[in-house]
Amino acid sequence: MKIDDAIARSPQSGKKQAGSSEKSLGDRIFFNTTAFFAFSIVLILVGLVIALYVDAVPAIEKFGWFSFISSIEWDPVNDIFGALPAIYGTLLSSAIGLIIAIPISLGSAIFLAELAPAGIRRAGSFLIEMLAAIPSVIIGLWGLFVMVPVIRDPVEKWLGSNLGFLPLFQGPPFGVGFLSAGIILAIMIIPIITAVSREVMRAVPNTQREAMLALGATRWETIFRVVLPYCRSGLIGAIILGLGRALGETMAVTMVIGNEYRLTDSLFSPGVTIASKIASEFAEASGDVYIGSLVQLALVLFGITLLVNVIARLLVWRMAGNKVAGE
Amino acid sequence: MKMTEVGYIRRKLTNSLMLGLSGIAAALCIIILALILVHTLIQGISYMNPDFLTQPAKPVGEAGGGMRDDILGTIILVALASLIALPVGVLAGVFLAEFGSPKVASAVRFAADILAGVPSIVVGVFAYAILVRPMHSYSALSAGVALAIIMIPVVARTAEESLRLVPNSMREAALALGITRWRAVLGVVIPGAITGIVTGIMLAVARVAGETAPLLFTALGNAFGVQGLLHPIGALPLQIYRYALSPYQDWQQQAWAAAFLLVILVLGINIIVRWVSGRKSM
Repeated sequence: MKIDDAIARSPQSGKKQAGSSEKSLGDRIFFNTTAFFAFSIVLILVGLVIALYVDAVPAIEKFGWFSFISSIEWDPVNDIFGALPAIYGTLLSSAIGLIIAIPISLGSAIFLAELAPAGIRRAGSFLIEMLAAIPSVIIGLWGLFVMVPVIRDPVEKWLGSNLGFLPLFQGPPFGVGFLSAGIILAIMIIPIITAVSREVMRAVPNTQREAMLALGATRWETIFRVVLPYCRSGLIGAIILGLGRALGETMAVTMVIGNEYRLTDSLFSPGVTIASKIASEFAEASGDVYIGSLVQLALVLFGITLLVNVIARLLVWRMAGNKVAGE
Repeated sequence: MKMTEVGYIRRKLTNSLMLGLSGIAAALCIIILALILVHTLIQGISYMNPDFLTQPAKPVGEAGGGMRDDILGTIILVALASLIALPVGVLAGVFLAEFGSPKVASAVRFAADILAGVPSIVVGVFAYAILVRPMHSYSALSAGVALAIIMIPVVARTAEESLRLVPNSMREAALALGITRWRAVLGVVIPGAITGIVTGIMLAVARVAGETAPLLFTALGNAFGVQGLLHPIGALPLQIYRYALSPYQDWQQQAWAAAFLLVILVLGINIIVRWVSGRKSM
């Protein structure tokens, strides 16, 4: 409820026009100050797009959008830059992350929202929020020194010898590469997908569950046939929100993906993402075209995450109202 | 009769199988958390010593040395970011909750949510473009601005949420005493929501304390210690990244010690904040 509504609701307000005519000087100053800061958020967003665009102009003029996005070359010596391997790497690692994260997150959300008694639900939700709070660079550190050796041997060796007929699982096991990056991303997006899914599942009215249980359905049938379909759009929103995180995730991925600029269909192979490319080269880049190309990469990443986040917000808002958990 | 019985058993089995799997999924999340935390804590403690906290970094090849300057740097950066983000965030939250017409407020809210979703590395590029490039120098200032941009939407949205929870009767009571709106907001509404606002601020602080990506080409790191806001500056997460990728074992051990410190800081804030705000709301 707003403070102006409080005035509008007062019995006196019918006579005089409630609103600006009654405001004192202090009120006007205060209102304008808060309005200024609120609009500064919009200004930051607009300024961000403009500033990135201006800095990317040397690259945009030289390569244009289409050939920048479709070229696979990255040659700082001759000033030739293309984004395809980075875009491909971003999408591939995020896809691996999602494939691993979706079943685990939805399973945890079902457990926390539908099955667990109150005490366990609170403790479980708390612990998963703690997982979300661990800084990315620490997950990367753990990934690099603890997880990557395990991925190299036995995981990649086993996949290579048992599923090696698929191109995905061919090639020497490096440890660092798309598979490791995907697993790290999964760890990083599981908390947000779980938290938002749990929230939208809690928003399903209990009458729906009761009706199904009264018909003799088991609990799983109730969840699978009623709860999940009822909040389907919210769940999709949660997953897309996780995807948005995965696409822009930088540090942990940079540390375990191996940073090799090429297109490959092997998951064992080192690769890059847009974010890891910017992270590992921006500070050393020189020359307007080189820097411009990295900024243009940032613009591409901004565009992709913007699209993904807008879709996710619309879906989640429709389901759980304005309040999004796990922020 | 037989058929329905088979169907019944199958349904029961599916039920326990799927419910069991969902429990396993939840357990898996917690196991991953435990694996990361336990490893970081064990490694970190074993390399932690007083020198680490009180000594500046030593050059390559020399044993010992610590991260005093980077710890200091992180404190400075977070303080700077908070100094910028708190007034902007809280007052924007006040506008959203108390003043904005529904249309304007939802536009600002949407912008805040989009800004919160911008990858932190892109925010770093933005800070580079507006501050580092024009000033021809990496600086603590540019890093503080980058972190502030990450904090603002979080602070604004949580401030708004908590202000909305203040009952309207408090606004009416304040206004009925004849005070102006701004004094009602500052003196009555904001104090009523202060726990929630502080919670949001602390969570935002915990988040940017561990941010690394936007510091890579704004703060950059500084081998000569803290030299002022217009010079490059070191930070804990930045140093974890550098040292982790370095080939020197001594540095890698220091990375673990720094990670230990950062985890204690970040999770400590989270746990305290949730404990305090949870106790209040229950």
